[in-house]
Amino acid sequence: MTPEKLTKPDERLARARDYVVALENGREQEADRLLVQIANMRETMLFQEIGKLTRELHDSMESFSLDEKFSELTEKEIPDAKERLNYVISMTQQAADTTLNAIEEIIPISEELDGKSQELNQRWMRFRKKEMPLSEFNDLSNDLADYFSKSTNSLQTMQLSLNEVLMAQSFQDITGQIIKRVINLVQEVELSMVELIRISGGNFVNSESKSSLVNPELAGPAIPSLNENDQVDSQDDVDDLLSSLGF
Amino acid sequence: MKILIVDDFSTMRRIIKNLLRDLGFVNTVEADDGQTALPKLQAGGIDFLVTDWNMPGMSGLELLKAVRADANLAGLPVLMVTAEAKREQIVEAAQSGVNGYVIKPFTAATLQEKIDKIFERVDA
Repeated sequence: MTPEKLTKPDERLARARDYVVALENGREQEADRLLVQIANMRETMLFQEIGKLTRELHDSMESFSLDEKFSELTEKEIPDAKERLNYVISMTQQAADTTLNAIEEIIPISEELDGKSQELNQRWMRFRKKEMPLSEFNDLSNDLADYFSKSTNSLQTMQLSLNEVLMAQSFQDITGQIIKRVINLVQEVELSMVELIRISGGNFVNSESKSSLVNPELAGPAIPSLNENDQVDSQDDVDDLLSSLGF
Repeated sequence: MKILIVDDFSTMRRIIKNLLRDLGFVNTVEADDGQTALPKLQAGGIDFLVTDWNMPGMSGLELLKAVRADANLAGLPVLMVTAEAKREQIVEAAQSGVNGYVIKPFTAATLQEKIDKIFERVDA
């Protein structure tokens, strides 16, 4: 074995030569020992190379502020996005419930009106065909008066229920705005990952940053569980805030 | 009385249009952004503006400021109907000259109350 300090490839070559010599001279144990040394050298080189790459990647991420980006994404924006989507689920559930309740209220009322209407109509037709004695007509007359007053009530109830259905549809606007924000977040995650792949040497075409779907300075619909106390909770709060400032 | 309703979500425009109809305001027109709304206002004939805030082209706040800066439109009553609920935003809208601020989700009663209030003040 040569005593001078060698570079790693030379070291391996030297060991390899020694290995061959040992084999040629039947020195089995020495040969085995040398083989293990050569294998270990390779492993060490590999680990050092990986360590260097990892360090380089970490430095690149820091220089592009990706590591900050990722920690912001994982610590705040992605958990927020989950809250937002949960809120969308609960809003759509509420809207569906309100609408179904209104429908369940309206249908029996409407059926009752229809039934009563048809019944009275039949009696009225008999009157028109002059098939109705006076005593019966008196009853019909009373029943008609009764029907008109009750049906006014029924129709007003139905109108209120229909208005509730109308207002319930407002969920679509609010959930739409919330979902737009989550789409924005997904785009950010996508762009960050593309950036990461690019700087880690992967083959990736630089995607242009797409314009934001929502104005990042505006906060959007209030999500109750994400309120950091700078949001109002209700219209009353809005009114109080404005009047306290003299508006 | 002709009312312009501005919101980028058509569902919301429909809801407000229906509510206004219930309150007796049948003459309504619509725009889907501040950018398309401003020319309609400048063309004249509109007596009341109901607008959302968060819109992609020109926001409701920018529209409000443009209206207040235009000599022909400066006195137009403006009601904001929006999901933006941060205190500083509400104050900013008020300081920019909005006449009423309704947050979503809202009730028909609230909308009516705010509209009545605006017109009380205008008549006074």
